[in-house]
Amino acid sequence: MESFPVLSLTTFLPLVGVLFILIVRGDEETVAHNARFAALWTSIATFIVSLILWLNFDTSTADFQFVEKHDWIPAFNISYHLGVDGISMFFVLLSTALTPICVLASWKAIKTRVREYMIAFLILETMMIGTFAALDFVLFYIFFEGVLIPMFIIIGVWGGERRVYSAFKFFLFTLAGSVLLLVALLVLYFEAGTTDIPTLLAFRVPAEMQLWLWLAFFASFAVKLPMWPVHTWLPDAHVEAPTAGSVILAGVLLKMGGYGFLRFSLPMLPLASEQFTPLIYTLSVIAIIYTSLVALAQEDMKKLIAYSSVAHMGFVTIGIFTATQQGIQGGIFQMLSHGIISAALFLCVGVVYDRIHSREIARYGGLVERMPKYAFVFMIFMLGAVGLPGTGGFIGEFLVLVGAFQDNTWVALLATTGIILGAAYMLYLFRRVIFGKLEKTDLKGILDLEPREVAIFAPLLILVLWMGLWPQPFLDVMNVSVANLLQNYQTALSAADAITVVGR
Amino acid sequence: MFTATIFLPLLGAIIAGFFGNRLGNRFAQLVSVLPMLASAVFSCVILFWVGFQGQSQTIHLFTWIDVGTLEISWALRFDTLTAVMVFVVTVVSAMVHVYSIGYMAQDPHIPRFMAYLSLFTFFMLALVTADNFVQMFFGWEGVGLCSYLLIGFWFQRPSANAAAIKAFIVNRIGDFGFMLGIFGVFYAFGSLDFDTVFDAVPGVAGQSFNFLGMNVDIVTTLCLLLFIGAMGKSAQIGLHTWLPDAMEGPTPVSALIHAATMVTAGVFMVVRLSPMYEFAPIALTVIVFVGASTAFFAATIGLTQWDIKRVIAYSTCSQLGYMFFAVGVGAYPAAIFHLMTHAFFKALLFLGSGSVIHGMHDEQDMRRMGGLFPKMKVTAALMWIGSLSLAGVPLFAGFYSKDIILESAFAAHTGMGLYAYWLGIAVALMTAFYSWRLLFLTFHGKTRADDQTFDEVHESPPVIIAPLLVLALGAIFSGWLAVEYFVGDQMKEFWGGSILMLNNVIEEAHHVPDWVVWLPTGMAAIGIAAAWVMYMAMPGLPKQLATAIRPVYRFVFRKWYFDELYDMIFVRPSFYLGHGLWKSGDGDVIDGVGPDGIAAATRNIAGRVGRMQSGYLYHYAFAMLIGIVGFATWFLFGFFQ
Repeated sequence: MESFPVLSLTTFLPLVGVLFILIVRGDEETVAHNARFAALWTSIATFIVSLILWLNFDTSTADFQFVEKHDWIPAFNISYHLGVDGISMFFVLLSTALTPICVLASWKAIKTRVREYMIAFLILETMMIGTFAALDFVLFYIFFEGVLIPMFIIIGVWGGERRVYSAFKFFLFTLAGSVLLLVALLVLYFEAGTTDIPTLLAFRVPAEMQLWLWLAFFASFAVKLPMWPVHTWLPDAHVEAPTAGSVILAGVLLKMGGYGFLRFSLPMLPLASEQFTPLIYTLSVIAIIYTSLVALAQEDMKKLIAYSSVAHMGFVTIGIFTATQQGIQGGIFQMLSHGIISAALFLCVGVVYDRIHSREIARYGGLVERMPKYAFVFMIFMLGAVGLPGTGGFIGEFLVLVGAFQDNTWVALLATTGIILGAAYMLYLFRRVIFGKLEKTDLKGILDLEPREVAIFAPLLILVLWMGLWPQPFLDVMNVSVANLLQNYQTALSAADAITVVGR
Repeated sequence: MFTATIFLPLLGAIIAGFFGNRLGNRFAQLVSVLPMLASAVFSCVILFWVGFQGQSQTIHLFTWIDVGTLEISWALRFDTLTAVMVFVVTVVSAMVHVYSIGYMAQDPHIPRFMAYLSLFTFFMLALVTADNFVQMFFGWEGVGLCSYLLIGFWFQRPSANAAAIKAFIVNRIGDFGFMLGIFGVFYAFGSLDFDTVFDAVPGVAGQSFNFLGMNVDIVTTLCLLLFIGAMGKSAQIGLHTWLPDAMEGPTPVSALIHAATMVTAGVFMVVRLSPMYEFAPIALTVIVFVGASTAFFAATIGLTQWDIKRVIAYSTCSQLGYMFFAVGVGAYPAAIFHLMTHAFFKALLFLGSGSVIHGMHDEQDMRRMGGLFPKMKVTAALMWIGSLSLAGVPLFAGFYSKDIILESAFAAHTGMGLYAYWLGIAVALMTAFYSWRLLFLTFHGKTRADDQTFDEVHESPPVIIAPLLVLALGAIFSGWLAVEYFVGDQMKEFWGGSILMLNNVIEEAHHVPDWVVWLPTGMAAIGIAAAWVMYMAMPGLPKQLATAIRPVYRFVFRKWYFDELYDMIFVRPSFYLGHGLWKSGDGDVIDGVGPDGIAAATRNIAGRVGRMQSGYLYHYAFAMLIGIVGFATWFLFGFFQ
């Protein structure tokens, strides 16, 4: 198994599916049919291959595993370098797990240009996996930016009424941030002479340079995450994107920002990270309270969940920058659980949207009468979003706040208000959609979940409860990598302190 | 067997919930009631083993969270305190389950109801058997969830939905304190296991740490934070507003969750953490104050309400206040004692009122009752027993537990203790008054129901009456049977290590002056007599009195305006703020200045630049000329210098 390129296979297997879909010929119906199945089987196969990563993962080492390294552009010392550690492994799995679900969720919802749609999704999958597996900065950047293209197309072509505005807003926001990332990348290259991530992780960037590099990274990752106040693209993008687009956007794309902070900002620029922690805390706390309040006032289901995503990501950034074992693991765990829960919530919206073609909350009410299964599923995920113990949402929030309390009690206090507001807007949403009298005429004939939808929700449901009741298998994987990251971080900080002392 | 006691209800809930609809109502009832009864039987055995044989034990299930130095396990801790709670919870729950078969017989959602009840019981058991803070929080939130689901059980009623959300969110405000307390405990002690923390408390006591920029005593701060959680769950003044509204739920729910078990979780929590609270005297003083104030304030409201369930709800709130000030003066066993007797008589009262409501076809307003005694003698008798116990009439269970609480408050010999004692005396008077007001208005005098309703009033079926009889036994005998062990000579051996008491206030409570002992009983007698005068002898009097002291009456009747106040300062501003931030914050400022602003500016500039390209030759020639002139000027000046 050592030499078998599992990661490359996982990354590029979706492209094989793309080839298949491209080859298919025939009338539109056949093509659509085949494209659907090809995409489904490819993504399932990719998921199964990616499970090998977890099964063979060595939790006792912080080193990168399943490493593949080949020369790519030797003249600039750039290589094709893949590998995962305890921080990135689950993000790869999250991507491979959500893609088949997205394909299934689009089964009936997408009726036009099915072939192109499925191709876009499979390319997107490759890009996502590549982002999390890349161990070369240039390679990372290509994947990281490459994600934008299929996503832009998915929103822009298969989206709702204001899809073009939203697609451009999404694209330009993220691109603006990424340009600075590219600049930072070049600076780093000229300084260190390499784009190899493991080498860079060990490289000590000069203190005065760290500030600028950190801000450049920050610009990119903060938009992606998104942090307040650069979050406004997210509600628009979510509202206009097709259901599966929202699922991937909330489930995986947002996590790239958090992953970026963890992989680059914190370990490569420890001094600047420490210096800017108050900034991150402030923005995150504002995000949690501000967007929770905004979510309370929403009239559109998708927008509400989009705003709640921003609030949940606020917990992630707090956790990462507490620089404590609990905080960082909580941050990663929160990203994973939010990846599942928000994805599922968007799917829940998709279920009723497919039937009634409206996302307006006021259009619904009393659904539990006709759709008890749906109500149950929706409830579990709603509770996950609220952070009820026993669901995955709790573990992440809890660990983040445990970490935050150790670093700064004000942050812990203010962030904890998020659990009150979170309960308020989610329960209020649930009440308006699920409870009450079933009065609207077109709702009286609404059908409960069909088997395909049950198949979509069942794995997510199991995951949410598993992550809440027995999160240890997940936490074990991260443990050593995070401990190692922290150790290096602390060493770098104390070394810098020593230098300043000597300098005086 | 220990494990089975906890997980049987969960099993019942899962089967009834997922397969109940397919296999029928009868099946759902059986599959939830039978495990529950088994659980109740087991709990008696557990109480015997743990409480009387001293076989405390902790069953370790598996690791839950292990991150860095934070290690949390799923574990079941059985000491005497837990055993008592498990006993109370399972017995009352089993009775409520049986009762629900009859009470909910006409409901279209029987399996769902039974599943929720069993699920609630499981979470409650998880709460009381917790071995660490986080598992306790798991149970804590779980019961909150079930409470939410059951209050909103009749989901078509807007008022039920509103009450459900209110309950959950007000509880979350309490949880806010609870969670911060948990984080603080981990910060200060490096562990969240009860035993580890308890062992470390004496060493940490007196030290201070930085909390929100202030330098404060660690243990006191943590205890106060945790107490906020207890206040939310146990509906203490300020965070009580959800409890009366929670009466929107079906009556069995009110009996089980909002009288006997869940609302007492706050009391249980403080008692469980007695090794911490004993080192935080300031926190204890606060608890006495809050408890006594709640007892008084809730009792005043109880005097004026017309809804039969709301009267009992405020009574619950008030009795919880008793338990808290008992805790606050350090009489933890007295609090648990009252918790147990209260569970029996209050569940009895609630289920009894449910029987009345059932018999009256969903009438809850006491103004349309009266004279029901001949129609439902058994229910009336049982309600009398419950009220006698609640009022603390000698030999009934409530007498023993209430007396020891008041005596302990007196024996504490602190200013706050006396405050609690005297308010407690006033509460005893009011309790007796509103209890008999309820009895007289419901069962005695002339009926105020219309003829048709009154003719149809009927005694409830045996499946409803039988559980009441069991609870009545508890309401009569539990005090007399348990007093020796809970607060008497056997106290130390019985509780073992489950409760830490540094003072011996209960010991001293046995030696207070005689008038202290008999004053509450005297007050109860006066209260009953007053109720008789006002509602039997001179029925016109209450109205005159209400008119005479109109402002006071209004203030009390409107529940001290808490709801209106909260709505004004929290609820509405939140929505207003949310809307404002969305439209002006996100819409105008961020998007207006950011993307949309830049886009507009770009288009604007591009438009201007575009207009320059007019296509007329002389425009271009003119521009070139200007350029040449400018260039030449610059060049010439530059040249000369």
